[in-house]
Amino acid sequence: MAFPMRMRANIEGDAVVVRVLMTHPEETGLLKDKAGQVIPAHFIQSVTCKSGDKTVLTCDWGTAISKNPFLEFRFKGGKTGDKVTVSWIDNKGDTSTADTTVS
Amino acid sequence: MNSSRRQIMQLGAGAAVASLATSAGLLPTLAHAADAPGWNVPLFEAKSFAEVAKIWGGTPTESTDVSIIGPDIAENGAVVPVGVKSGAVGVTMLAVVVEKNPTVLAATFNMTDAAVPNVATRVKMAQTSNVYAVAKAGDKLLFSKKEIKVTLGGCGG
Repeated sequence: MAFPMRMRANIEGDAVVVRVLMTHPEETGLLKDKAGQVIPAHFIQSVTCKSGDKTVLTCDWGTAISKNPFLEFRFKGGKTGDKVTVSWIDNKGDTSTADTTVS
Repeated sequence: MNSSRRQIMQLGAGAAVASLATSAGLLPTLAHAADAPGWNVPLFEAKSFAEVAKIWGGTPTESTDVSIIGPDIAENGAVVPVGVKSGAVGVTMLAVVVEKNPTVLAATFNMTDAAVPNVATRVKMAQTSNVYAVAKAGDKLLFSKKEIKVTLGGCGG
């Protein structure tokens, strides 16, 4: 399964604001399908956000994050043209990575 | 919206069948078969804010140094925009806790020196509940709370 991501990084004031929209079903493992079978949990557990090679933020997420997760974060010390990378890993070991440049 | 939901339901059903076939009914243990490194299972399985705070090892204090940004009323509990912001010095972690969800901890954000303690995401809420924004600064746990009313529960319905 492919998990594309959309992201944008802009300078606002003295910080870089990054907004990311991920594609993920975010199943809690509490729901049942129409046949009464429990839908297994499938959700993002860990997100790593980097500016260049430097990690600026890591997130640990539970099942309560909405489907197709949105994340907004800010960091200092970025400038136009810097590369920002966001990657995640879910409870099934699936991963996805996306990057953009600060504008 | 509806058609994409249906696709995802089908995907879920397909996955269920596949894992049943391979694991001969070992579904519950599969849920945590491949946890990401560093992912704290007891923390995310905690049933109350007090339990979560205990694992973090602090007594939470209500503070104006941390604020929660969210709607008063959320029409759809599956998608509730929530932001956490803190003005405290030396914030190392921010977190979102939804009091009446089956597992209360929704997300933690581990700050580095470069990160600004101001993050936002979208969470699911099972029902109307207090939502806590938590900030860890030094050895202190600061929180503020807000009641968000949910008119339609977020557990899939």
